[in-house]
Amino acid sequence: MITLEWLTGTWHWSISGLLIALVLFLMLYFGERFGVSTSFQTLCSIGGAKRWSSYFNLDWKKHDWLLVFIVGSMVGGFLARTFLAPAEAMTVTPETLEALSDIGIQAPEVGSILPEELFGLSQGNSWLLLVLGGILVGFGARYAGGCTSGHAISGLSNFQLPSLIAVVGFFIGGLVMIHFFFPFLFTLL
Amino acid sequence: MRLLRFLLIGVLFGIVLTKSEVISWYRIQEMFRFQSFHMYGVIGVAVIAGAIVQHLFKAGLVGGFDGKKIFPKDKPKTYTASLIGGTFFGLGWALTGACPGPLYILFGQGYWSIMIVIASALMGTLLYGVLRSRLPH
Repeated sequence: MITLEWLTGTWHWSISGLLIALVLFLMLYFGERFGVSTSFQTLCSIGGAKRWSSYFNLDWKKHDWLLVFIVGSMVGGFLARTFLAPAEAMTVTPETLEALSDIGIQAPEVGSILPEELFGLSQGNSWLLLVLGGILVGFGARYAGGCTSGHAISGLSNFQLPSLIAVVGFFIGGLVMIHFFFPFLFTLL
Repeated sequence: MRLLRFLLIGVLFGIVLTKSEVISWYRIQEMFRFQSFHMYGVIGVAVIAGAIVQHLFKAGLVGGFDGKKIFPKDKPKTYTASLIGGTFFGLGWALTGACPGPLYILFGQGYWSIMIVIASALMGTLLYGVLRSRLPH
């Protein structure tokens, strides 16, 4: 039997980085950009948000390629989870697991890559954290003018100063969340 | 045909982000706690290889599929918005462990509670649109 472990296990960071750059190449080659958070603006426009702000006054059909890209990424995620699933639970750095257990989060279970405590909705208030996090992601990404794909990948690789500043902001926010807000927020769970 | 291309690029993107586990909440925790090199490796290689890609287009060594020259666009020089917006985004990224691409990919994988995060992200976007004229940029 042929072993497919190299395909079902965690892909090496260098392979993944190169393939993400290939995605960037293909997006530019076919005349568009690589930036996912623009889709939030597009989806709000489709939902009729232009009655509240001219920010949403755009022709969504000009972003049809982005909506299709997103549908494709969902299909890709489904295919990878269904047909390329690893046999074992993902391995997380022990130091990280130790720190997480202090706030009541356990190691991932086999077949899952998200903590049950936060995403399982079995505990009363976890949905509140998901709402708060989602609002911050949407508000912040559009305020900054891009997310990881638009700023950290596309922008940095094109030597854009606004993108470097945005990535500094990503880390300020991320570090503040984990070191100052986490201990408090997770007592809500 | 045009849209099929982007569908397939999206499929590639979804598979790569899934198999490199960058869509995992735990990987984002490792990254922001500086306890694993994985995320830095992925993003670092993507940026370096991406810089070569963008150079090839800018220098005219590679053209677009229709033979036209590709000009990667400059980001608007709204530095204040980059910093403040970026900080808000970082707060949310660390909490949910997912930036926009992974949100959609996780949804495709059947993690249904991600719908709450996506719906809230759209609310956050709406909030930005409404407040935009009053925010520093």
